Amino acid sequence: MSVLFHSRTLLPGLFLSLVFVAAALISLAWVPYDTTVLNIANRMKLPSWEHWLGTDQFGRDILSMIMVGARTSIAVALVAVGIGMSVGVPLGLAAAARKGGWLDEIIMRANDLVFAFPSLLIAVMITAVFGASALNAIIAIGIFNIPVFARLTRGAALSLWNRDYILAARVAGKGPARISLEHILPNVANLLIVQGTIQFSLGILAEAGLSYVGLGAQPPTASWGRMLADSQTMISLAPHLALFPGLAILLTVLGLNLMGDGLRDILDPKLRRARV
Amino acid sequence: MSLLSIENLSLSIHGIPVLKDVSMQVAPGRILGVIGESGSGKSMSAFSVMQLLPNGTSCSGNISLAGQDVLTLGERDLCRIRGRDVGMVFQEPMTALNPLQTIGAQVAETILVHENVSKSEAMVRAAEALRRAELPQDKFPLSRYPHELSGGQRQRVVIAMAIALRPKLLIADEPTTALDVTTQAQILELLKKLVSEDNMGLMLISHDLAVVADLADDLVIMKNGEVVEAGPTDTVFRTMQHPYSKALLAASNHVPDREGLVQETPLLKVQNVVRDYVTHTHGWWGKTVHFRAVNTVSFEIKKGESLGLVGESGCGKSTLTRAILGLEEVQGGEILFDGQPVFTHHHANIAVRRRMQVVFQDPYGSFNPRWKVERLITEPFHLLDNPPKGAERDRTIAGALESVGLTAEDRHKYIHEFSGGQRQRIAIARALIIKPDLIILDEAVSALDVSVRAQVLDLLADLSDRLDLTYLFISHDLSVVRSITDRVLVMKSGEIVEEGPTGAVFDAPKHDYTKQLVAAAPVLPADITAA
Amino acid sequence: MLHYFLKRLLSLSLSLVAASIVIFLALEVVPGDPAAYMLGLNAQEDTLQALREELGLTGSIFQRYLSWAGGLLVGDFGISYTYRTPVSEMIGDRLWVSLPLAIYALTLSTLIAFPAGIWAASRRGSAADASVMGVTQLGVAIPNFWFAMLMVLVFAINLRWFSAGGFPGWDAGFFAGMKALTLPAIALALPQASILTRVMRSSLLDTLSEDFIRTARAKGLTKGQALWRHAVRNALIPVLTILGLQFSFLLAGAIIIENVFFLPGLGRLVFQSISARDLIVVESVVMLLVFAVIIVNFAVDMAYAWVDPRLRRRR
Repeated sequence: MSVLFHSRTLLPGLFLSLVFVAAALISLAWVPYDTTVLNIANRMKLPSWEHWLGTDQFGRDILSMIMVGARTSIAVALVAVGIGMSVGVPLGLAAAARKGGWLDEIIMRANDLVFAFPSLLIAVMITAVFGASALNAIIAIGIFNIPVFARLTRGAALSLWNRDYILAARVAGKGPARISLEHILPNVANLLIVQGTIQFSLGILAEAGLSYVGLGAQPPTASWGRMLADSQTMISLAPHLALFPGLAILLTVLGLNLMGDGLRDILDPKLRRARV
Repeated sequence: MSLLSIENLSLSIHGIPVLKDVSMQVAPGRILGVIGESGSGKSMSAFSVMQLLPNGTSCSGNISLAGQDVLTLGERDLCRIRGRDVGMVFQEPMTALNPLQTIGAQVAETILVHENVSKSEAMVRAAEALRRAELPQDKFPLSRYPHELSGGQRQRVVIAMAIALRPKLLIADEPTTALDVTTQAQILELLKKLVSEDNMGLMLISHDLAVVADLADDLVIMKNGEVVEAGPTDTVFRTMQHPYSKALLAASNHVPDREGLVQETPLLKVQNVVRDYVTHTHGWWGKTVHFRAVNTVSFEIKKGESLGLVGESGCGKSTLTRAILGLEEVQGGEILFDGQPVFTHHHANIAVRRRMQVVFQDPYGSFNPRWKVERLITEPFHLLDNPPKGAERDRTIAGALESVGLTAEDRHKYIHEFSGGQRQRIAIARALIIKPDLIILDEAVSALDVSVRAQVLDLLADLSDRLDLTYLFISHDLSVVRSITDRVLVMKSGEIVEEGPTGAVFDAPKHDYTKQLVAAAPVLPADITAA
Repeated sequence: MLHYFLKRLLSLSLSLVAASIVIFLALEVVPGDPAAYMLGLNAQEDTLQALREELGLTGSIFQRYLSWAGGLLVGDFGISYTYRTPVSEMIGDRLWVSLPLAIYALTLSTLIAFPAGIWAASRRGSAADASVMGVTQLGVAIPNFWFAMLMVLVFAINLRWFSAGGFPGWDAGFFAGMKALTLPAIALALPQASILTRVMRSSLLDTLSEDFIRTARAKGLTKGQALWRHAVRNALIPVLTILGLQFSFLLAGAIIIENVFFLPGLGRLVFQSISARDLIVVESVVMLLVFAVIIVNFAVDMAYAWVDPRLRRRR
């Protein structure tokens, strides 16, 4: 357990991220006020004891909306990372195992192609045909995550394939698939955990951007990006409407990034210098 | 009058002592050899003369270079000295040069940093320095980039950079360790020539006693950060006092005891084997270029024999090894093990493969860092139809570990808890565990310190007698091959150029290349080995 | 060098073709019949057929793809369903808002990031380094459109140094146009610069620990000289990679940020078109943006060859 203290950033990051994860989880069971109900009489209240963060122009409690928004952002980003990893990592391993072969070429070319489409554009294409929703945001961000993990896994795996212990495994009669699972994957796992945390935080930013322009979760589901879009016209009258959702995004992403840095420090001190 | 005088140098990094009371001198025109195994502090002593030390280092004592105490100088003055009064050559030529700059620019930089001359004049002088390092402009124009040169050539560029301003002292930290035997001999000759031309002092650091014995006028032997023996080379070798130096000398000469009972039946037959690689395809439409790594190679290994395979890097020995082990198919010829082909219908023959195992060179890269020893050494079980389970498995593991001099308890540890020599023992245990007939040792002792190497060679000799093993011993180090093999093959550019009983081949080589190799290999002088 | 250039050019062309196929499939094949999609559920068959003919949607998939791709090559992006005007006209003006914005932001972020990264790396472990790391840690976490909103609040509404939005058009003068793009560009540049600074710093730290830097010091170069003459250029290579990758994010960010500043760029066009179900316009804008990303990556590949001589020679 004491190893958790080796990094200065892990614990603060973990704490910060957990605050929002907790908010998201709690919101599944309970929120202070129902976010789907409009209460015009109560609109634009500043932070007070009844409404800790105030209310928006439709009378909805901002704290509740932030909690529900946390749920939206975290769910979208998490599943998107899940998609990226579960498809990208095997692709990367397969490409590295047969380097130079046709499989490698195809995977690398497909990677490059997807990289040319930022997740926003993928989202644009999906929503143009299927309409906007949180699910489509997940798919768009997830698709973009696939080449990220594929490329990372392939690069790390390639450098390991040259090691003598891989040759020893081949001498022991093991084939590329078995070697990828037994030897390569455990040794790239650390890298993947760190990158997963980073992609999670990027996913939160991406989801916020998509909801801001209306391509993400649709009302009445609250999302941080949507809250910011709604607050824009009121910004000079009620800055707190724009402040809190933005801060929520900032702090969650910051927390995840700090946690990612901290994990990197602990899991592979050699990578410490490579911190980006 | 000494050029460099280190007196009572003590050095610690972040509080941990690295050097204790080290003293040595270099006189103009003389070569000082600093010998030690890894961790002896020899490189640190060199770096302290240049004051190119890691953060957190503190030194005490006196390092006097041409009258000035280096330890009292500020960074400005040190920059003035480096390159001008003292030059340095490092161990790894492949990474010592900036890949983005031409060799001419890099050599000229030494001059431009210290003297106020025009760029074109600096280039002229750089050309001269490169010529002295035996890289003449007609073959190696100044506009060449480092990636266009071989390891030996890059090392010459580094030497040219170091001597461009004719410094009083040259420090060479293991300058030839990463190079081939023949290249090594050439570089050492070059250094000797430069020393006499400029009346320069040379501090030559090495782990190889033979290299230093040939070249050095004075000798210093280090162990654990201390100097244990010092004096003129002849004297030190004849009148060794310290037990460590004696042990080192004994280990360098060590010939393990081997009975070596050889039977007449051939175990491995390699017949006319050809292995081609595709190196280049010109676009998607051009023809493919092949590189012939192994060119019609034939030889036999008899049961119980220890056959040596000697060659420099790029000669094809690794490729041949992989073909014998059944890892890669050959494009021509056949490999038979006890009459059975290693490859049938594009598939390696498992029954054959389980009778051959291998030990690799790098004790640090040959094991998965996340696995325990137990799992590591039982990996070859994958080749067995019925791998042992339960109590029998435990017995096999214990047996393998004990036969290499470790304990059964070690099975629960991780590989990073062991030293280099111990790791090679574990590698041998891994090779032994399914009781193969043939073990291929691919530079298996090359990365080990001399004293550890002697122990591992002893172990290998003992095992081959006890367990009736056959060895294919691949190495670039002729003295090691001489000590443990019965017959030897000499390989160059994919072909076997000479073969025969080890003693005969090395004492009376017939082929030109073998003669070159034998001449280049550093040997301890006969009177020393006799002592 | 020529060989490398041609190889990359071929790669570029293939990527463009592949991307166009993907976009075409997504936006003209997947929705089924694009005419039915655009007209909605209650459309009559003859109206559908008329629309198909008008928009050139008759013919097999293969034929339609070829005519669309062929049109792209000559600058004919088709006719917008909503406005019945050539898409190329609609895109033309807006491109000249989005593209300069992206380039402006890219320039700003590079101008900030490179010196900051080098400065932090050369003073590793010091308070200066820590402050750079701290600021960039915040910078990468800020959503750029939120930062834009805050800047509008402070600089436009409170301080009145800039207008809160809108774009006067390039006819009003180069500086007027650039002034309108300044706040948006800064908002975009901040997270980008933060990422680039960190990459520059880590790349430089890696390079500084390489052997050839030690060789340079042994020749008598000071730490500063070794840094500038040897380390920086070598450290650029990984940074260039990131720069290329980041451009696609920059474009996406520009599209989003246009919403904050009410800029008449490609962003508003594409979002309006999605609402209006005008697939033709969406198709064209996406193709254009992907084209920009691919071109920028090609430029990065060329820059590699300029920086690294190992790539120039035929192997």
